[in-house]
Amino acid sequence: MEYLIGIQGPDYVLVAADTVAATSIIQMKHDHDKMFKMSEKILLLCVGEPGDTVQFAEYIQKNVQLYKMRNGYELSPTAAANFTRRNLADYLRSRTPYHVNLLLAGYDDHEGPALYYMDYLAALAKAPFAAHGYGAFLTLSILDRYYKPDITREEAVELLKKCLEELQKRFILNLTSFNARFIDKEGIHEVDNIPLAKVES
Amino acid sequence: GVTVAVDSRATAGSYISSQSVLKVLPINPRILGTMAGGAADCSFWQRLVARQCRVQELRNKEPVSVAAASKLLANLVYQYKGMGLSLGTMVCGWDKRGPGLYYVDNDGQRVAGPTFAVGSGSSYAYGVLDRGLSSGLASEQAAWELARRAIYQAARRDAYSGGTVRV
Repeated sequence: MEYLIGIQGPDYVLVAADTVAATSIIQMKHDHDKMFKMSEKILLLCVGEPGDTVQFAEYIQKNVQLYKMRNGYELSPTAAANFTRRNLADYLRSRTPYHVNLLLAGYDDHEGPALYYMDYLAALAKAPFAAHGYGAFLTLSILDRYYKPDITREEAVELLKKCLEELQKRFILNLTSFNARFIDKEGIHEVDNIPLAKVES
Repeated sequence: GVTVAVDSRATAGSYISSQSVLKVLPINPRILGTMAGGAADCSFWQRLVARQCRVQELRNKEPVSVAAASKLLANLVYQYKGMGLSLGTMVCGWDKRGPGLYYVDNDGQRVAGPTFAVGSGSSYAYGVLDRGLSSGLASEQAAWELARRAIYQAARRDAYSGGTVRV
């Protein structure tokens, strides 16, 4: 039902998520933001079991902020991703596992841009592009076909557009709106010109 | 402001146990909760949250926000996730940021929004509510009328909703 996508370029990461919050057959919100700001240059996109998503994402968010307060500098995207995975893995075989699927995207001033794919079984993979949800079955091949490592920002938005248009065409569920953000050395920026951009109600 | 409307039917399986339930639960003089799902779960836990809100208000010398009240409830039910609580509620009220409306359920989901319908008859209510809102609300009276109508139409179609409409 929910869809996440991330595309990493040479000096940025582009991430997008659908903005539908639904319970069974009812869409409760059409402008729900599934991206959580971990720090000035790290976003965590989180979908899955209702309740678990917000609780887990906010828990990681608070811990990332705590690290910054204690140590005076921020966790790198790699460290944040591994920290998140460690937590997910530790809770996996407990009485209260978190059923969440994540994309962690960030920009490190030394290492550059990074995109991490994580699933509810605490598998972690660094990838140039990634997607979660049923929509991924339709769009990963598009990303395979048209992605190149030196993809420009405009080309990345075009590639994202191709993916969202394919979902409109072939995906049985009508995902009515999306929001997208860029992360680069300047920080996090909203993307305006994507199809079906989120509209405030 | 926020307009809240509820029906008043309580059922035990297919037996109608009451047609005159008060499904609007006071959390504080400016914040209300609604009852859907398990009547006991809703009334008990919302009363508990009302107590916690009062304590917070006394400690901080500031009225509790709708966001805080709804988060207290959401975090509380999340502790019991998977243990069979049944609760679907809207926490509505007024605080320093203006009107606030949150939907909270037993899964631990908590979302803010301008309109919600909750319960077994919610889909029917949404139909009437959304069509009525598409042309905008002329006045506060219009909002009350629309809310009343949404409950009425839901109660008409849904077997588990009925009794009277309270706005």
